[in-house]
Amino acid sequence: MNLLRRKFVKTATFVGAAVTTLGSGVLLPQRAIGAYAEAAFAAKDVSGALTGTLGSDQHSASDQVKLKAPDIAENGAVVPITVSCGMDNIEGISIVAVGNPVPLTSSFMMTPACEGFVSTRIKMGKTSDVLAVVKAGGKLYSTSKEVKVTIGGCGG
Amino acid sequence: MATIKIRAKAKGGVTTVKTLMSHPMEPGTRKDSKTGKLVPAHYITEINAEHNGTNIMTANFGGGVSKNPYMSFKFKGGAAGDKIKISWIDNKGESDSAEAAIK
Repeated sequence: MNLLRRKFVKTATFVGAAVTTLGSGVLLPQRAIGAYAEAAFAAKDVSGALTGTLGSDQHSASDQVKLKAPDIAENGAVVPITVSCGMDNIEGISIVAVGNPVPLTSSFMMTPACEGFVSTRIKMGKTSDVLAVVKAGGKLYSTSKEVKVTIGGCGG
Repeated sequence: MATIKIRAKAKGGVTTVKTLMSHPMEPGTRKDSKTGKLVPAHYITEINAEHNGTNIMTANFGGGVSKNPYMSFKFKGGAAGDKIKISWIDNKGESDSAEAAIK
């Protein structure tokens, strides 16, 4: 119950901030793109995660999206992931660990100044595919790679 | 409490920013080994990166990002001496920010 309230308060704050921004007539881009994708990070399936963060779950495999991840992760709590992509007009990059209780780990909203490159470290509960999804020119492109996890990093 | 380390380097018109934040990043699914109760969720939700005051990237994180998150990204432009500012907000409303100059 408390958690729900927390979520509500947070969402309300974001909405409030957006309204204030519009009201003052100064449209700050970081507020416009910066709203936290609450639903996407609550989604328990990949499709919900992608719809929530990138606006669609229709993605096609592309070899232009390069995903660097270890074949075997000895420690599931720290799995280094690098996504790079040579496309133009990249709007966002999401990293999804398919087998996690909450698959979406992180999502990056890029401005046109950004190169198609992000690197971070994620947790993985068990052996599963890692899916890197890039949104470019309104379409989603993806690459996935299986990472074997010997010790899970999501509780237990 | 929390600290942010930033390294930014400009090379050939592209700036690479590497940042390391200290944060517990509790997903809210982990049990405390002593009490057997769930450890409450406590993770960074949003990170903003600014270059000389202009937003260049916003990242949303969930509980699935490792403790003490590392993040690296690249952007076009940026010269030595320019300011890079990284700020984060977590699900408890705590926040922190740090600034560094591009090398």
